[in-house]
Amino acid sequence: MKSLNAWGAPLLSIVILLAFLGIWHAATLPETGRQVVTDEYAALVGNAAATGQKSALPGPADVGRTLWGHLNDPFYDKGPNDKGIGIQLGYSIARVALGYFLAALVAIPIGFLIGMSPLVYRALDPFIQVLKPISPLAWMPLALFTLKDSSVSAIFVIFICSMWPMLINTAFGVAAVRKEWLNVARTLEVGPFRRAFRVILPAAAPTIMTGMRISIGIAWLVIVAAEMLVGGTGIGYFVWNEWNNLSIANIIAGILAIGLVGMMLDLTLAKATKLVTFPE
Amino acid sequence: MSAFKDPFDPDARLGCACGHHASAAEHAQALGNAEALGSRVVETAVMRALFPHDATRRRFIRAVGGSTALAAVSSLFPLAAAKEAFAQGTKVEKPNLKVGFIPITCATPIIMSQPMGFYGRQGLNVEVVKTAGWAVIRDKTINKEYDAAHMLSPMPLAITLGVGAKPLPYTMPAVENINGQAITLAIKHKDKRDPKQWKGFKFAVPFDYSMHNYLLRYFVAEHGLDPDRDIQIRSVPPPEMVANLRADNIDGFLAPDPVNQRAVYDGVGFIHILTKDIWEGHPCCAFAASREFVTQYPGTYRALLKSIIDATAFAAKPENRKQIAEAIAPANYLNQPVTVVEQVLTGTFADGLGNIRKEPNRIGFDPFPYHSFAVWILTQMKRWGQLKGNVDYAKVAREVFLATDAAKLMKEAGMKAPGAPNKSFTVMGKVFDPTKPEAYLASFPIKRTA
Repeated sequence: MKSLNAWGAPLLSIVILLAFLGIWHAATLPETGRQVVTDEYAALVGNAAATGQKSALPGPADVGRTLWGHLNDPFYDKGPNDKGIGIQLGYSIARVALGYFLAALVAIPIGFLIGMSPLVYRALDPFIQVLKPISPLAWMPLALFTLKDSSVSAIFVIFICSMWPMLINTAFGVAAVRKEWLNVARTLEVGPFRRAFRVILPAAAPTIMTGMRISIGIAWLVIVAAEMLVGGTGIGYFVWNEWNNLSIANIIAGILAIGLVGMMLDLTLAKATKLVTFPE
Repeated sequence: MSAFKDPFDPDARLGCACGHHASAAEHAQALGNAEALGSRVVETAVMRALFPHDATRRRFIRAVGGSTALAAVSSLFPLAAAKEAFAQGTKVEKPNLKVGFIPITCATPIIMSQPMGFYGRQGLNVEVVKTAGWAVIRDKTINKEYDAAHMLSPMPLAITLGVGAKPLPYTMPAVENINGQAITLAIKHKDKRDPKQWKGFKFAVPFDYSMHNYLLRYFVAEHGLDPDRDIQIRSVPPPEMVANLRADNIDGFLAPDPVNQRAVYDGVGFIHILTKDIWEGHPCCAFAASREFVTQYPGTYRALLKSIIDATAFAAKPENRKQIAEAIAPANYLNQPVTVVEQVLTGTFADGLGNIRKEPNRIGFDPFPYHSFAVWILTQMKRWGQLKGNVDYAKVAREVFLATDAAKLMKEAGMKAPGAPNKSFTVMGKVFDPTKPEAYLASFPIKRTA
């Protein structure tokens, strides 16, 4: 019974994938329309237009072929506007890492402060509530205008958007440390710094890590949108550039790459969360 | 031309037309050489800046004498240095440049100069950077991330006047292309060829401050539709237009190529009219740089402008067009199928309705920034309420559209430079006289001016 359960889920996943690919393939089978224009005209337009139709969504085979092409040569560099998908992903990951790291550097200490002091919590709460729900793209024009640099703006947008979950979770984790533990620390006359690092931090660590895990997901969502807007480099630019060429196969390949990298980032943070979790 | 009058002559009136010569070229000939012409322009500009009122300037010169005035002004302002700025220009101060572009065929000279080596020949190492939209290109140029950029020709005027951006002195030393745009409609509208049937249509144009916007508004208004009430016009970046047309979000667009041809290639739309049939020889996109760049790096500016004008001269020849199409179609530049770009540049194209049309003038390349183009654009900005209050049309045109530099470099490139920067032209059968912009504006029944 146990072995069946272990194999059941992956098997079901594969069945779902195959069913999806099958439906996709069937839905995008090229209609074998008759050419409705002269040969000379047909040479000037795409296949779909020559048969009097609109160009269609590519099938799974087309996308597979495109993806294979990218995976075979992920690091080519043919000038500033045409780089391999590996290089583009590298640019995006570097931006996310920088913005995210800066956000952690700011959010965790402030979150600590807010969590330890109900007064500061109530004073900062309205600001946090207003700033938290702002869409990353709404920050972009403001950032471009004030920071006067598009790559710094992209990093700023990641910074500002990935800050809130970390800040709120840290504050919550710190505020929720059991009173008994704090009382024990007080009885033993532990100094405030020692109390913060030896009692509160380990106790709040799982909650903080959960916040960081939410944040990395948000940062990765934001980078794609920001790069589509400012262009230049990165996986968002890659998708935009292929949209410009109406190459849906390439766009789907880009989307898959975005999903896979996002999953890897999330798994890394999930592993890190496990390391700091403690049994009660 | 007032720009060429001796500003140290107490009887000369700056700011009015020259009575002695019919054109700037004749005046240049009379002066003997182009350098004298260049220095006269600089002196005039400085005097105009110091003495905005003619009467004050005349009184000052009469009181102290012309040569004393020249000496006095020179001590305050390094006239010699300013004069040399453009004339010398052999040294490139800043060889590594970034130039932004939008992936459309209007940018042909800017893009092709990179793979075809026009920048390299002037000792420049230029990175041409693809950009997502006009607002981004404007912000990145204002931020100085780009040294110069491909813009729509109304943009330098709008930036200088502070319309839709904070005011910043901008210049447009060369027009990129003339003609080369079209109105494309969705295939489902193939029977609605009369604009009167377009009531309620949703159209896209690349930007609010674009020739596309003004030409579309002009076109529908001439057919009796009010562009603000009878149709909807929204600004959509060119690369997203075909996707929107396909999704039925819009009924059509007045767009730059290759967008129109791409809509045909994908079986999504058909070309209703080429803009050359609205206004033959209209300017579209422009090569633009801030005035700060022009004055801070005169040698670099000259080399850059020379590359662009040489490339434009090369692109103006129809026999070179196929070769250019191959150079600019790859993913690093336009990222389009070669045949689409080739159809646009050669003018032998599929129209989306099953016909092959041959229009060799579909797109043309003439870099000369006529001041009258700027004046026309300003009249349309006023007509549609983008620009309010009084405008000194001639002054703005002269300061932003740098005709003298272009004329000089066009001659070097073996092109025929026009005599005067003020030609009149005809838009849909209506003659535009650049000396009477207000009368022209008043003659339209459909407008937003109060």
